[in-house]
Amino acid sequence: MMTVEELRKIKEETLKHMESKLYKLDKEKIGQKATNRHVLICGGPGCYSSNVEEIKERFVEKIAEKGLENVEVSISGCFGLCESGPNIEIYPDGTFYSRIKIEDVDEIVEKHLCQNEIVERLLNEDAKKEDKILPVHQVDFYKKQEKIALRNCGIIDYNSIEEYIALDGYHALAKVLTEMDRGEVIEVMKKSNLRGRGGAGFPTGRKWETAYKYEADKKYVICNADEGDPGAFMDRSILEGDPHSVLEGMAICGYAVGSDQGYIYIRAEYPVAVKRLRTAIKQAREKGLLGKNILGTGFNFDIELRLGAGAFVCGEGTALMESIEGRRGMPRPKVERTAHKGLWGKPTIINNVETFANVAPIILKGADWFRSIGTEDSPGTKVFALGGKVKNTGLVEVPMGTTLREIIFDIGGGTVGGKKFKAVQTGGPSGGCIPEEFLDTPVDFASLSKIGSIMGSGGMIVLDESDCMVDIARFFLDFTVDESCGKCVPCREGTKRMLEILERITEGEGTPEDLDRLESLAEIITSSSLCGLGQTAANPVVSTLKYFREEYEAHVYEKRCPAGSCQALLQYFITDKCIGCTKCARNCPVSAISGKVKEKHVIDTETCIKCGACMEACPVGAIIKK
Amino acid sequence: MANVTITIDSKKVTVPSGTFIIEAAKEVGIEIPALCYDPNLEVVGACRLCLVEVEGSRKLQTACSTKVWDGMVVHTRSERVVKARKEILQLLLDNHPNDCLTCQKAGECLLQKYAYEYDVKFREHDGDRRPALVDTSSPYILKDDSKCILCGKCVRTCAQVADRQVLTFANRGFNTRIVADIDLSLEESSCVSCNRCVTVCPVGALLDKRLMGKGRPWEFEIKEVKCKVCEYGCDFEVLSRNGKNVAVRAKAPSNGRPLCLKGRLTTEFIYLDEPYTPYKKENGEFKETTWKEALGLDNIIEKLLDKEEISTGVEYNG
Amino acid sequence: MAFEFNWEGNKDRVNRLLNFIEENKNKKGVLMLILQETQELFGYLPKEILELISEKTNIPLSEMYGVATFYSQFSLVPKGENVIGVCLGTACYVKGGQEILEKIQEILGIGVAETTPDGKFSIDATRCLGACGLAPVIMINEKIYGRLTVDSVEEVINQYR
Repeated sequence: MMTVEELRKIKEETLKHMESKLYKLDKEKIGQKATNRHVLICGGPGCYSSNVEEIKERFVEKIAEKGLENVEVSISGCFGLCESGPNIEIYPDGTFYSRIKIEDVDEIVEKHLCQNEIVERLLNEDAKKEDKILPVHQVDFYKKQEKIALRNCGIIDYNSIEEYIALDGYHALAKVLTEMDRGEVIEVMKKSNLRGRGGAGFPTGRKWETAYKYEADKKYVICNADEGDPGAFMDRSILEGDPHSVLEGMAICGYAVGSDQGYIYIRAEYPVAVKRLRTAIKQAREKGLLGKNILGTGFNFDIELRLGAGAFVCGEGTALMESIEGRRGMPRPKVERTAHKGLWGKPTIINNVETFANVAPIILKGADWFRSIGTEDSPGTKVFALGGKVKNTGLVEVPMGTTLREIIFDIGGGTVGGKKFKAVQTGGPSGGCIPEEFLDTPVDFASLSKIGSIMGSGGMIVLDESDCMVDIARFFLDFTVDESCGKCVPCREGTKRMLEILERITEGEGTPEDLDRLESLAEIITSSSLCGLGQTAANPVVSTLKYFREEYEAHVYEKRCPAGSCQALLQYFITDKCIGCTKCARNCPVSAISGKVKEKHVIDTETCIKCGACMEACPVGAIIKK
Repeated sequence: MANVTITIDSKKVTVPSGTFIIEAAKEVGIEIPALCYDPNLEVVGACRLCLVEVEGSRKLQTACSTKVWDGMVVHTRSERVVKARKEILQLLLDNHPNDCLTCQKAGECLLQKYAYEYDVKFREHDGDRRPALVDTSSPYILKDDSKCILCGKCVRTCAQVADRQVLTFANRGFNTRIVADIDLSLEESSCVSCNRCVTVCPVGALLDKRLMGKGRPWEFEIKEVKCKVCEYGCDFEVLSRNGKNVAVRAKAPSNGRPLCLKGRLTTEFIYLDEPYTPYKKENGEFKETTWKEALGLDNIIEKLLDKEEISTGVEYNG
Repeated sequence: MAFEFNWEGNKDRVNRLLNFIEENKNKKGVLMLILQETQELFGYLPKEILELISEKTNIPLSEMYGVATFYSQFSLVPKGENVIGVCLGTACYVKGGQEILEKIQEILGIGVAETTPDGKFSIDATRCLGACGLAPVIMINEKIYGRLTVDSVEEVINQYR
């Protein structure tokens, strides 16, 4: 059994080996001398799939070959900038290399590590500004970020419980077990006003208090790791990069509410996260940080993993519990509160991954510290997954209240290929599309819902002028129809009818009545569905109808897709670039193209079947579709 | 539990706290429409037809799963409520065959009743519909998926008897269906033809096959009888038309009564003027059988035929 | 297609499953765990095995079927040796995930949820794989391939032929 004293000892011992990479936490120190050097390789979900294990091995081999001493190589959790992965940072100087291939390793070792010479061609493109080489923390992508949930991601080795302990890991658990009574923990959580990061934003402390006050012989703590929103991967990154932070948060919750059993319900689509969680749980048990009599305080708490099996609706609390209980994940009517009657009829706390990852720092640094970050309505930070048509796709953690513009343009680097920004989709299938006019909205729970979207779990998909908003709405409805559990009538039948209408519109068969019908369907689905999935299912349609109605109308009245994205509505045209080579006419399978040799040809749009053969055949790019 | 007083459509009613709105409303004679609710079954809140307005709640609440609290004010027929119910009924009709003319359930169908009450009509559309899978394999139960509204009452009632649990939801979303075992026909499945499911089905998706074509609900005279086969004494109905007993059907399996085929056949045998051929399931196949065998009553058939002796308390017009 | 379950050839797997059931049968909510183990061991949920599980656990077949058909990761028919999951999450969709899916279908000559005649590949259209930074992505077995184009995808698949 581990004692608090031993926990501190592990911290001290481990810190010795971590010195230079810890400079990442202390910007002042970057570039200063250190006793060792550290090659830190990103092992986030994106980079990990690009053979970073092999890259690490090559570094180790090459460093040994060169006889270099005091150089450590490790893979850590997600650095955030997936766009340019695999990413590597070298400390103490904070050099930021990107898109590293295994062939590049030798050069980095020979030049950078042996001769202190930066390999400029491998630098991240934003790490160079007007001949100046910027350390990683000064790169635009990282400048405005502030990390709480992702505090250890990109620093510690996710397979090492010691490194987690070295950065004060399990110290918050030790603190609550030895210095605080259960009520005090609840008070701190309430005062911090940490709001649930899974989407709805319910105050965590209040939730815990409800279960704390309810007497029962057994209570449960569930971590909702069924991160199903397409375009969101913050929970995955936390679970893979810093699994212990979630375990610790759950154990603290268990102590506060009086539970001795936790479950992590995780999607089966995340095999790597499952593996790392299994390792972490095993390590924590071995060290006596999970299990019986934790830290000798008499507190028992253990955690079991339960895997999902591919059902988005299981992210909904009651459906998730049904699934853990071994049934079809169909949501239950909320006759009783989950904090009173949840899993197996016992008081249950369900929080998501990011919420639990915020708990330990709040305990250690206090509620006032936490409230000093973010906004009054929503203190703290939020992790966003930036994706779609944005330059820097990846994970960002910023204080609540940061504007959409800062996130998308300052951090995300704006759109790609000179295309015009059109909207940002937040909150996944339950969220909405936010147009340019609201880019200066400071992001928090209240502000996003005011403009017709939601925070959701933090997915942010940037859309540009080539994305058709009707098609995006159709995409999300397709998702919802597929993922609806089928239990309640409005969601099962209503979303299907909405999808059918959207399909008709994108195929050019929509009628003006369809737009009215969409609105009335949206209303009934929202107001009468059983669970959150149904109640928010119409949001993508409602928000696009509100902000991009003219796109719907163009499809319906003019049979035209302004974004040029809906295949059925595209028409092919020949521009003045045409040299009259006749190639297009000869390749057209339905003889829709006419014209004399060396003269501009014309497409008969009535006959054209939009196969695109002419466009492929044209040697001068004179054929366009719009 | 303490009593609370609430107001439903301007009527005051006092009920034990913890009562659901739908039950409280019954106390003052207000019927709230519901397709999936049955006081004998677990509450699921699936059909959403029982939505009501509760003052102080932004959202409409389902009367079947919302408990009353003291001072609660409920509106069960406000404009908002009626509009929502119409939309929900329309969604159901959009996915339901328009064959009430010939449907055996007509006259007793809850969907038909509510559609009439809320003035919702069938309409043409090109959208998807439920597949018209009709299971005719059982001589006792006709299962028509195209008419199913997925209220799940059949699944819940089937699961109430240990060892049965034959019916289940399969697939999900719009493709959800009710199936037996691993999507077997009723004949191949472990279904014991107790007809519990038929008694709770609000629409024509599960029908008593031996009743089909015997008459319209409004043409029947109905007498309630108790089964004599075992001590449970399940309720059955004897339906007569033009003075002739033409069918027996199981009544709701209340108070933990299991209902069973043997009981039903016995009741048929006792009461029907011309009892239909009994069938028995052997190795996943229905086979015509003799009454003697069907009832498992080798020696006491004669006794049973002694009407005076067994029909105590129930008038028999044989 | 009717599949005859090969008890003899699957003896080892069946025993492993029986051990798993024995070890875990007192766990609450065990059905999901058993079905996941079955899917893992056999690559699908054979009808015969479901019957066996029902016998060992007293869980009705209907309940098992209900659960098996609710979750998209369970399959009642055998899947290919290599399962290609094409991500159709939002980030992948706006970056051409749909075209990647169509290309893979064209290359393999099968549709979503189908298996090639040689049993080598099957295609799943999956939900977000959480590798949005690399969109569009596919996952073959447990490995992620990102930043794909319609032209580069064949090469990836060929590695598994």
